[in-house]
Amino acid sequence: MIIAVASGKGGTGKTTVAVNLALALDSVSFLDCDVEEPNAHLFLKPDIQKEIPVTVSVPVFDGQKCVGCGKCAEVCAYHAIAVIPNPKKKSQPLLFPHLCHACGACTLLCPVGAIHEEERCIGIIEKGFFGNSEFIQGKMNVGEVLSPVIIRRVKGLIDPAIVTIIDAPPGTSCPVVAAIRGVDFCVLVTEPTPFGLHDLTLAVDVVRQMKIPFGVVINRAGLGNDAAEDYCHKEGITILAKIPFDREIAVHYSTGETLVDKSPAMMELFNCLYKNICQVKNEADRCS
Amino acid sequence: MKVCVTALGPKKDSEVDPRFGRCQYFVFLELQTREVEGVVNPNIESSGGAGIQSAQLVASKGVDIVLTGHVGPNAFKTLSAAGVTIFTGVKGTVQEAVETYEAGKLDRMVAPDSLSKSGMGQ
Repeated sequence: MIIAVASGKGGTGKTTVAVNLALALDSVSFLDCDVEEPNAHLFLKPDIQKEIPVTVSVPVFDGQKCVGCGKCAEVCAYHAIAVIPNPKKKSQPLLFPHLCHACGACTLLCPVGAIHEEERCIGIIEKGFFGNSEFIQGKMNVGEVLSPVIIRRVKGLIDPAIVTIIDAPPGTSCPVVAAIRGVDFCVLVTEPTPFGLHDLTLAVDVVRQMKIPFGVVINRAGLGNDAAEDYCHKEGITILAKIPFDREIAVHYSTGETLVDKSPAMMELFNCLYKNICQVKNEADRCS
Repeated sequence: MKVCVTALGPKKDSEVDPRFGRCQYFVFLELQTREVEGVVNPNIESSGGAGIQSAQLVASKGVDIVLTGHVGPNAFKTLSAAGVTIFTGVKGTVQEAVETYEAGKLDRMVAPDSLSKSGMGQ
């Protein structure tokens, strides 16, 4: 079973939920897919044993063969190539590597075969272990934007035989879709605040459209109001767990400690969360 | 010599738009004949590469000089490759911008002065 932990709003407690769920279960595979700023390693403290570079293929233009026709710029859906008409000399394509999505269209469609591809490194994947569990994280280089590519490569390492927990990036855009596509269940973490509720509704739209069974975890329960809970009841969404708004939890978090290590009640809460996930998933399977 | 001024409207008395890639209009002006052509910028809503697209549009019109407020790194690279000279920091109307340029009171741009996507949402 592959479980993704996501949220619309950032800072609701995705990593807290993902990390503690992984520790409560033991012998899992943990994937940090928040590749712009992976931070689960701060809590899981894995022993990293392997680094795999993540590269994308970008076009390289042969100035001798290029006739300056502009086909490459025309077919580039991401405006990563410009071919400028210049009466004084032959036009040469201009590449903006950060805008290139490595789709290969320019290379394929160049009428004179003047383009070949070279690999450009945009990040790394780190693999290691914590306890009996496997740890994998994607790390995107500073200044890069193609996080979905790195997320897909990280997910390419999933072993379907092992329970996999994915810590997804925040938001509802391409990186989130890349992180949760194909998972068996999505845990949406929210907090009982107007922002938390607003962004939860956006995240619910995404998982419903992607037809992924899901449930909600309310973090910092007791803070704010009941609007998020009321919304879930109204929409028929299962509240899988409620993590109390508690100063102790914040103190543990701030020192890199985990909740299940510090409190038997929290261990119980996260074991119960997993049971609820399985139950909602089974119900969804029966209905489909 | 053909000049392009980024503007909020298509005419000579339109206000200058300080953004390059995501300006509302490009106003093209032939210095000899004073002939004016205003073109809507089709790249305002582009999610990425607006500066590059706009620079290509401007270059395809045979422009020698761009008068605008700010130019980002991608547009700067593209305009430079096209041999277009850029003057930034212009104010007032299109007419005033051209007069200021003709009086030699503008500084030529030698490096980009704004960040990618800084013209979005304005």
